[in-house]
Amino acid sequence: MVENRPFLNFLTHVALITGVLFLCFPVWMALVASTHTPEALSKAPIPLWFGGEAIANYSELLTGGVSAAGGVPVSTMMWNSLWMALGITAGKIVVSILAAFAIVYFKFPFRMGFFWMIFITLMLPVEVRILPTFDVIARLEMLNTWAGLTIPLMASATATFLFRQFFLTIPDELVEAARIDRAGPLRFFWDILLPLSRTNIAALFIILFIFGWNQYLWPLLITTEQDLYTIVMGIQRMANAGESLPIWHLVMGTAILALLPPVLVVVGMQKLFVRGLVETEK
Amino acid sequence: MQKRVIFQNLWLPYLLVLPQIIITLVFFIWPSWQALTSSLYIEDAFGFSKQFVWFQNYSELFTNPAYLKSFWTTLVFGVSVTFLAMSIALLLAVAANRVIKSATGYRTLLIWPYAVAPALAGVIWYFLLNPSIGIVSYWLESVGVEWNHYVNGGQALLLVIVASAWKQISYNFLFFLAGLQSIPKSLLEAAAIDKAGPIRRFWTITFPLLSPTTFFLLIVNLVFAFFDTFALIHATTNGGPADATSVLVFRVYNSGFVGQDYGSSAAQSVVLMGLVVVITFIQFRYVERRVQY
Amino acid sequence: MAAVELENVGKTYPGNVKAVEGANFAIENGEFIVLVGPSGCGKSTILRMIAGLETITEGNVHIGGSVVNALEPGERDIAMVFQNYALYPHMSVYNNMAYGLKNSGMRRNEIRQRIDKAASTLQLEPYLTRKPSQLSGGQRQRVAMGRAIVREPKVFLFDEPLSNLDAKLRTHMRSELKSLHTDLGATFIFVTHDQVEAMSLADRIVIMNEGRIEQIGTPMELYDRPSTRFVAEFIGAPPMNLFDLETVTAQEFAKLAGKKPGEAETLGLRPEAFEVVTGRAKGIIAQVGMREVLGSETMLHLGFADGQSATMRLSSQFASQLFDEIKITVRPENACWFDENGALI
Repeated sequence: MVENRPFLNFLTHVALITGVLFLCFPVWMALVASTHTPEALSKAPIPLWFGGEAIANYSELLTGGVSAAGGVPVSTMMWNSLWMALGITAGKIVVSILAAFAIVYFKFPFRMGFFWMIFITLMLPVEVRILPTFDVIARLEMLNTWAGLTIPLMASATATFLFRQFFLTIPDELVEAARIDRAGPLRFFWDILLPLSRTNIAALFIILFIFGWNQYLWPLLITTEQDLYTIVMGIQRMANAGESLPIWHLVMGTAILALLPPVLVVVGMQKLFVRGLVETEK
Repeated sequence: MQKRVIFQNLWLPYLLVLPQIIITLVFFIWPSWQALTSSLYIEDAFGFSKQFVWFQNYSELFTNPAYLKSFWTTLVFGVSVTFLAMSIALLLAVAANRVIKSATGYRTLLIWPYAVAPALAGVIWYFLLNPSIGIVSYWLESVGVEWNHYVNGGQALLLVIVASAWKQISYNFLFFLAGLQSIPKSLLEAAAIDKAGPIRRFWTITFPLLSPTTFFLLIVNLVFAFFDTFALIHATTNGGPADATSVLVFRVYNSGFVGQDYGSSAAQSVVLMGLVVVITFIQFRYVERRVQY
Repeated sequence: MAAVELENVGKTYPGNVKAVEGANFAIENGEFIVLVGPSGCGKSTILRMIAGLETITEGNVHIGGSVVNALEPGERDIAMVFQNYALYPHMSVYNNMAYGLKNSGMRRNEIRQRIDKAASTLQLEPYLTRKPSQLSGGQRQRVAMGRAIVREPKVFLFDEPLSNLDAKLRTHMRSELKSLHTDLGATFIFVTHDQVEAMSLADRIVIMNEGRIEQIGTPMELYDRPSTRFVAEFIGAPPMNLFDLETVTAQEFAKLAGKKPGEAETLGLRPEAFEVVTGRAKGIIAQVGMREVLGSETMLHLGFADGQSATMRLSSQFASQLFDEIKITVRPENACWFDENGALI
């Protein structure tokens, strides 16, 4: 920094390390707990280091599931989460990029009307319209379907605005050169706009995948059949098993499995992820 | 708003916006409209008849002590989470900004919790604070603090506050760090020459220059606390004990799905909608002049 | 049949803003036409209307004999080189040049042939696989030209293509453009705000001001006989000296220049129109102020008794022998008389 103050530097590192510990400790404990027998976890203080049951516990989770969760193998739930996340992500990107393209590059009646309609969705998160939306899904007979799980979440404004913002920065002359090169709007979109949007799409993919994977309320409402449960919502049934105590080593194991994919994505693609976060908030 | 160069097609743009518009209409606008209208009715338990009652649902809400308590709980919850998550994040960001070389390393270690779903964060803290075997409650008891969030409403609220804040720190940290890094070093150097020590430099120069970021995060954190925390509460305390953690958004779900009171749930939805509108309005009106990253 | 013909072409924007009004001229096959004028005069608008990038609100544009008003740019058999090159950043040089041809359904080996030919003309062979971001400004400009050449269009359109290059490169590219024009024998329509560029490149110049065409002619026609004051001031550097005929100095010059037309209000004299006289020859006394020695030429800034001033161009050898007070006269054939509306008499 500006001057050299060793004491302050020391404090700085202390603060940072404390912060890191605070953030990592819970997940650390979850990981540790998932490798122990139920007995080891049955009275305080529970161990702070790993036990030997990692393989046993995780294979039980992945194959058998916990009876409190209705015996759904965690692996099934993870697959459901994966398909849901991928569906939402891909769907959102496609829907938004097409809409942004139309709004930026064409002039047509109701253009601004559509723009504001999309904008309004920013003010209508699912939690605000729970019951009626559920009603619509039920009426369309989309309960317990993959479509019901993914389609309603595909029309958010943030992705559309991100693409719109990006398209506005593309020089006009590029479009003019393309028109002279006999490229109609669709060819322009495919040959030129799309390749130039690659980084934005990648960054958005990460953010949306995390968003999709971590969905809770929506899968909770839509899925009444167990084999469609996703892992993030499924954990609730395991932790709140009614009368019986939660089977902690399995619950924690499930939590670890549930948070692993998004965390790996964030850590592995940190730069793109940060870019995606910053861009969508502009 | 519009580029100077546009294509001339007549029907193509409609086709392109169609998917988004259809989904928006069917799953956003129509249900919201339904919420608005059904908030003006009372339905009987079997859904056979409806009675138009004007704003009776609303008046019942605002005279219902449980609802008003829920308002209060939400406020306490929201403010606490926001304050906790933002101040810790600011501290960490300032610290990380000082160690420029290792900043990216620390950043990696500090931003991954963003990827953890609120429900999972809740369940894990639920485990840590479990009265019988939780490690943190064990430590608390060894310093004389009795912990049982199954019984103690205040402690249950504290649990969800801490879990929510834990999850939000990463997000705030990221934006604070970016904001700090965009402040020109020359300003701080000039202040140092003007005999300002690090603490004074922070409060008189850094913090004011950070205000767009701070304001922006304030809004985001409040929105997160009001709406995105349903999962966390539902997965852990389920609104209890005795409605101690029953925030507004949880109540909407509870009244509608568990209590089957559609009119009231719809009215609550509308109130929440109003809240979002106000917050979004503030956001766009005042936060638009933001630091560009 | 003219290559391009503008028939009373005009462009009015919403809100009644007239960018171009009453443009009427014909361009022959193989001509190098330059549209020149200050910013906002409408020259780019005319170019873009020919290209099809702006709609034509009044009049007709003919290319190759047929009216093209309703045709898309890709259908008009034109090619355009943009000021900012407009190269597709994610495509290689080869693909940039091939794009338009691919969209026309041309076969791959024919595309290859055309690109190879253009690449050798423009010396782009070593760069065919590179992306635009890996090229210098001059190289990108050549790729933009290559993209135009391979289309083998009826008309080439240039929208201030040299404005973004540094001075030395600009001069070099000017001569390259000129030889390219000779090689291809094609019709070039070139827009610039730089009158030096216009003078050096054009077969004919169309000079515009505030949406209207002021004059069309060869460079020397515009130089020697500018049809309006505006043209006189725009063309030539340093600009023509203009004297209000109410002043004493101007009247003295008018006498020296011979007959003065009745309606004349302004007298225009180019810097090289003056001659130094000695002894008892008739002339006007002038004080020499600043001397700009530009090499083989010198510019003298002259001041007259009644406060008027003028610029005079001489060979440096001669100028160095002059004292600070000289006597000058004018050659009658170099005098330009302008009436009250600024038109040449």
